[in-house]
Parts: sequence; C-alpha cells; structure tokens
Amino acid sequence: MDTIEVSNLNRQFLFRQHHVGQSKAKVARDAVLRFRPHINITPYHSNVKDPQFNVDFFKQFNVVLNGLDNLDARRHVNRLCLAAEVPLVESGTTGFLGQVTVHVKGKTECYECQPKPTPKTYPVCTITSTPSKFVHCIVWAKDLLFAKLFGDKNQDNDLNVHSGDGNSQSEHAQDVFVRNPHEDLEQYGRRIYDHVFGYNIEVALTNEETWKNRQRPRPVYINDLLPDKLVHRNGYSEDCKTEDLTPSAMSSLNLKNPQDVWSLAENSRIFLESLRLFFEKREKDIGCLTFDKDDQLAVEFVTAAANIRASSFGIPLHSLFEAKGIAGNIVHAVATTNAIIAGLIVIEAIKVLQNDFENYRMTYCLEHPSRKMLLMPVQPFEANKSCYVCSETPLLLEVNTNTAKLRDVVERIVKAKLGMNLPMVMVGSTLVFEDGDDLDKDLAANYALNLDKVLSGLPAPVRSGTVLCLEDLQQELVCNINIKHREEFDEEKEPDGMVLSGWTTPSEKGKEVAVSNGETKAVASVSSSEADGDEVETTPAVPSKKRKMPKPERSETATENDDKPQTRPSRNLSDKKSLQEIKDNDDDDDIIVLDDNPETSKRKRIH
Amino acid sequence: MEHDDCKNNIVHRLSGLRIDMDEEELTAQETALYDRQIRVWGVDAQKRLSRAHVLISGLSGATAELCKNIVLAGVGSLTLVDPRPVTEDACNANFLILPENINGGRSLADVCCESLKDFNPMVRVSAEKGDLMQSDGEFFNKFDVVVISCCSSKAKKLINEKCRKRSRRMAFYTVECRDSCGEIFVDLQNYTYMQKSSDDTAECQLDFPSLEEAISIPWMDLPRKVSKLFFAMRVLDMFESSKERNPGETSISDLPEILKLREEMCNAQSVKDYDSLVPQSLLERLLAAGTKEHPPVCAILGGILGQEVIKAISGKGGPLKNFFYFDAADGKGVIEDISKPHAG
Repeated sequence: MDTIEVSNLNRQFLFRQHHVGQSKAKVARDAVLRFRPHINITPYHSNVKDPQFNVDFFKQFNVVLNGLDNLDARRHVNRLCLAAEVPLVESGTTGFLGQVTVHVKGKTECYECQPKPTPKTYPVCTITSTPSKFVHCIVWAKDLLFAKLFGDKNQDNDLNVHSGDGNSQSEHAQDVFVRNPHEDLEQYGRRIYDHVFGYNIEVALTNEETWKNRQRPRPVYINDLLPDKLVHRNGYSEDCKTEDLTPSAMSSLNLKNPQDVWSLAENSRIFLESLRLFFEKREKDIGCLTFDKDDQLAVEFVTAAANIRASSFGIPLHSLFEAKGIAGNIVHAVATTNAIIAGLIVIEAIKVLQNDFENYRMTYCLEHPSRKMLLMPVQPFEANKSCYVCSETPLLLEVNTNTAKLRDVVERIVKAKLGMNLPMVMVGSTLVFEDGDDLDKDLAANYALNLDKVLSGLPAPVRSGTVLCLEDLQQELVCNINIKHREEFDEEKEPDGMVLSGWTTPSEKGKEVAVSNGETKAVASVSSSEADGDEVETTPAVPSKKRKMPKPERSETATENDDKPQTRPSRNLSDKKSLQEIKDNDDDDDIIVLDDNPETSKRKRIH
Repeated sequence: MEHDDCKNNIVHRLSGLRIDMDEEELTAQETALYDRQIRVWGVDAQKRLSRAHVLISGLSGATAELCKNIVLAGVGSLTLVDPRPVTEDACNANFLILPENINGGRSLADVCCESLKDFNPMVRVSAEKGDLMQSDGEFFNKFDVVVISCCSSKAKKLINEKCRKRSRRMAFYTVECRDSCGEIFVDLQNYTYMQKSSDDTAECQLDFPSLEEAISIPWMDLPRKVSKLFFAMRVLDMFESSKERNPGETSISDLPEILKLREEMCNAQSVKDYDSLVPQSLLERLLAAGTKEHPPVCAILGGILGQEVIKAISGKGGPLKNFFYFDAADGKGVIEDISKPHAG
C-alpha cells in the first residue's frame, strides 16, 4: 500500500521523480516489464495483513521474498508462510549492514523462533524529569508536548511534572494548554513556553531528592531570550510562494540550512513561529495530529522544543536534520547495501526453488570484515522447540483472574505480544471472544460484554489451571496459554499486571514512554531476479556473539576441509536455464509484488 | 549523524582523492533526495561525491549495477566507454538495456548512457567513443575514479599504469563476473587516513600495489588460504591473454589446454598440488559459463564495488585492500590482501 517518496529515490532504482506519490507495487511492475516484457507480475496496492491475503493466497507461491520494514508485518507473513508451508526468504538492511535468512517449515527455524531486538523505550521519569540524552528531549517534545498541544486531548499525557508532595498542580495545569480567548497566538506561545520550559522546571527543582546526584536544570523564560514581540515579515512570506502550501517556520524566519544547529534564541523563535503557524494555517488538524516525520512544521516544532529542553538540562543541541532522524526513527539506507542484499535474496530463492535444502544459508553483510569476510554465510538453525509460533508448546500467563479483564488479555497479550491480527479466544469449547468486521450483531455485542468482564467472571470462567486457546484464522495460528492466578504485580516491573512466559517477547512495553516510530512506509515485494534492489530496510539482527558466531566456525571448517559441498552447489547454481524456463513457460502469475502499509505505527529501536 | 564515524572509528583526514571542496551548501532538492544516505555518510561526503568524476569502461551486468549505484548516490559525472554493439547476450544481466535496444546499431555505452540519465537528473552521464588502450594518459586526468571491466588482463594492467603515472592521484578498480563468481581489484596507490582508537588518533597509510605488481607476487609468498578463485582467475587470464581473447571468451572445450597451463603455472610457482590450489572443478565451472554473468552476483559485485568507489571519493571508511571474491557456491564474500610477499 506504500507510495513512492522523494527520499526513496536514492536507492529504489525502479522509481523516478515523476513517480512520487504513486503506488510502489504498480510502478515497480511497470518498470520491470520494460526490461523483461515477457514475465507475469501482479501488483497489489494493499496491506499484506488484509484478509484477502489468506493461507490459500500464499499457497499458490513457491517462495515468498519479504522486503518489509516492520516487525509486525514480518511476523504476520511468517505465520502465513508456516501455515501455507511456503518457504520464506526474509531480509533487512540498515546503512552498510544487512542480512538474508531462509525459513522453511520443518527444516529451519521460523522467523519468530528467536527473540527480536526490542524497541528502545525509556522510563517515564527520564523523559518527564531527568533527561540526560538528546533523544530523551526528542521523546518529550514529540510524545508529550506535541501530543498535548496538537494531538488527541483525551489521551493520557505525563507532560506536567508533579512536585514532591503530589499536590493538586495537575488540576490547575490542565487548563494551561488551552488557549485563552483573549490572548493572541504570540501571547499563547509565550505562555506555553514559560510554562513548560520555565515553570515546570522550577517545580521539578523543588524535588531536592532528584538532584542530589544530578546536574540541576536551568529554567528558561521567553522574555530572557526574546524580549520583543516577533515581527512577522509578511512581505517576505508573500515572496515565498511555497509557504502557503507547506507552512514552515524555517522559511518564515529565513533559516535555510537544516544541517545548522540553531542557537537557543533561534530555537525559541522557531518554537513560537511553528506554534503560530499550526494555529493559523492548520487549525483543522489540531486535536488529531500525531507526529509525522514528513510533516515539516511538526519536525520544526519538535526540534525547537527538544533543543530548548536540551539547553535547559545542559545537553548538546542538534540540527533539524539530526532531530528529524531521531524523532522519525529514520532508517539509514544506501543503494549499495540494498543491491547486495537483493542479490543474496535471489541466490537463496533459487536454492529454494531447486530444493537445494543443504545449501540454504543465512548471510550477513558486514561493514568491517570478520575473518576476511564481508559477506558471511551461516548455516540455518533448527526450529526452536519452544517457539509458540512454529511448535505447539503452550505458554504460561500469570494474571489476577479476579481483576484482569478479558480486554486486558486480548490487547496486552494476544495482540501486542503474540501479534495476532484477528484473534479468537476459547475457554474449553466456549468461544468468549472473536475479532472481525463481519460478525453477527448479537454475537459482536456479546463479545463486547465479555471484553469488560474479569477473567473469572466470563461465561466460561478462567481460573488458575484453565487453558486459554487462541486462534487466528487468517494466520492459521493456534496457541494455548496455561493460566496461573497471581494476586499481586509490581507496578514498575510488571506494568501490564500480567506476565507471559515460555517465550521471549519481541517487544516489551511497560509504564514507559515508547519511542513511537513515524515511519509509515512498508513494502513487501516479491520480484524477479532482474527486479532486485527494492526496499529491504529494517534493523537487521547482526550476528550476536552468543548464538550466531560459533556457527560460521563450523560451516567454515566443513567447507574448507571438504570439497564436496563446494562443488555440489556450483552445478545447481550454474543451471540457470531451467529456472528461467520454468518462469517463462508458466502462464500463471508467478511473480507478485505486494505492497503494504499497516496503519498502526510501529515502534522501533532508536539506534 | 556522525555516529557512523564513531562506530567504525576511522576518520580520514587526507582521503586518497583530493576532491576540491568549496563552501557551497547542498540544495534543498539534493538534501531531500539524498536524505537517507546523508544520514549514513554525512554532508561533506555527499558534497565530495557531487564533485567527483568517474570513468567506467566495459559495460556488463556487474558494471551496470555499479553505474546504477553511483548515479543514484549522486556523483558529479559518469563517463562510459564501450564501443561494442548491443547483442541479445548483453541484455542477460544488464538491466540498463531494453529489448528494443538489441541490434539497434548503437554502442553499449550509448544505450546505457541513455538509461542512466533517467536515474538521477543531477548526475552528468556521457558516453565516450574510442579505445582506452590507444588514448594517451592525458585523457585520464579529468577522472577521480577509473573502473575497467570486460577487457584483457593486459589492457587492465596498461591502463592501471597510465593512471598511476598521472600527477593527480586516482582510484583504480577492475571487476569481472564469471557466472556465479566474481573478482574485484582495488588500487588506491598510497592512501593515507586517520585511524581513531579509543583514546588516540594515529595516522595510517595503506600502500596498494599496481595490478601488475600484485599478480606478479610469487604464489608461495602469498598468505595461506588465499581464495582459490584468485589462482583460477590468473590461469584464465593467462590463457585468454595467450589467445588474445577477452574475459569469458572460453568454453569447456578449452579445458585440456587450461589444465596444461595450470600445470605449467604451478610448476613455475613451485606448487606441487595443483588441484588443491586451482581445483579442476572450479575451472570447469568458470569455463562453462563463458561470458555469462549470474544477475544476482552482478548485484553483489556492483554493490560492493559501488561502496568502495563511494568510500574512496568521500574519504570515509577503511578501503577494501586489495582483492574481493564472491562465489555464490559457498556464499562467501572474501577480502584478500595480495600486496607484498609474506615474510616466511
């Protein structure tokens, strides 16, 4: 479902400037057909998680090549490939690093057999009170201040600091962010500025305990920096015709270079100006905005706010370019790594199509050579016997069955942790919950009722020893959870109020501010060998010393001392003709370009 | 954005290529287009790229990938040389050629030039006529990077020497893809850079031998376990040179002569176990492939070489010294340092 952006053009060589805004899947298809007119390519400009891409859909393919950019979609496709028993070639790149892995049911581990790197999250107090790195200021500016001013007013927000004795500051503070009908935008901006960078810091400073071993922050007030009212050079903005299309504080203040680090005064001006422009030019967006790295004004506001806060806490300031990268979780990407990874994907895909199981390899593209190797092949691992996705090992959930609602389990465990898309929850033979758009009205109402019941209060009560059976019909994934009742949970360490074990979760979310990812594009592409180089960007799991490094040792000694494995694949690989023929003679649509853009914004690690 | 530098702990003060820098900032258009890569190598590197001039001679699947990568990256100019006509075979791994270009009477350089212009309007791509072997050294003066492919080992050595004689230092590379195997050679002459360790910054210098020097090193003096491809490629080079053929202009029917040549070369190098150094099976594979290139291997070679070219221009990142081999059969991409005789 992804569309082409200017920043894709430095590496996605099937796309040109005039394609910006168009469907990646469709343009990629047309581009490949230009130099290979006789192959079949079907583009789908849709989300890979759509129900139409069910197990039967996946079953028609001999291999699936993933070029996704988020964990959620990868897990989903992994499950469908397992269910359809179709081999999956999975890949990702970041900067000069990349990897390609092969996943074949019954032969290798599945994509979810090993825990994935967890998205970086920060404790709430670090963000609200004790930032020590620039990223903390970015998270504060983006997830708290920006969300408070321009986002959904009903959302929880930890923006206001509380003084040590927890007095009733918050009651008063609620109103602070609402614009007073009598004040103009400049007055409003100055009041907000003084409240969040001045007053809130003063309040935090009263908490002596916090600053015992820390550098005390310095409150910042707007009048110390910009005693005079900003002069709006209307003449200037009229000259600048683009300004009306995309309001920008940088262009109205004539700051040109996004690489420059602005002074505190310049940041303060950007802060006031971007806030003014939001109210003046984009009033209808206010109340429903979420941070988007492609929204220039939002990036300007967040950069300025983060820098002012950084200055207050003695943290070095950053340029808009850098701030945008951190706030938007922008994945570094170059054409060369994508070319290498695309080549490696095709090499593995050919082995899969030739059923050359013994020669499947996971390959890591490294930035610096390791034992002379820049491209390091590793034998695939066997499936993890306790993987809940590709084995039938039950999980264990400790939960207070008398207080936890079914909704909590569905949201926090079934969806967030287990990555189910449209789950069904069964207790014994009783269906207590089912997700989907086409449910019978009465049934749906009944499920809605169940969601608000505590576990022990369900029509089929869930208590210690009960087995919950979860099923996602689209993913064809069934998973059993043994329930163990527990009274108490540690609010800080076990913020979900329940603990899932038996498998390591890919993303832990706690009473923490997650660094939400502004990245909204995602591509799943299955392309012909000539159409390589399509987007394959993500955080690759660089071989970890613990698990992956010992393996190449073995594979190296095997190939160095034994010539047989070297000669065998060579015959297979040079036998390209047969493969080409299979492709060309097949009238079915055997090459598919899938495009995907899951609406939910995914969290990713920051660095 | 500089965290990538911290990661590899290498800062180049004097990059091998002295590309003039002026104070001009990148345009808004450049900043938007190159955003994701500026985050990898920084603004200065991007500015250097936009002032660099690259010559690529010999258009194959591997060099087509290379062209694509450096045009997308935003080099200043790219000059192509390849007078050969466009045949159906040329289209096998080279995606710059469209079916309608086959036997259209235009040269490979012209056809690829036209395709590449479309990739990035900010890069000047041109096709140059003529034969590099005949061109005088002056011709090379305007280039910062020279990449040679699809010609004899003799021609590569000659051009390498011509480049080395120029007063201006340039980066020289060769690349060949033979079926599912590939070779890259790198000559940056003497490349000086700063290597930053945890608390200290030391100046490092890498001395690259010329192609002639590198392949003249006695085999017995090379490090142990050098990729078998290095030796196999030398046998094929020798064979093709003796027959005045271009790379890949061989077939399996040449095997008896090749095996004889292998024996002679091994004897001359005092190598007794021919087959463990240059396995017959490997030679058979390379011979059978002829001039055919395996497209995914082209992507890998073009990716690795593209990154090396960008490193040399930008002065960022330790360079590959001085041979790179990839073989899809074992999946390894290996760097071999074949520069001076190993003591003992």
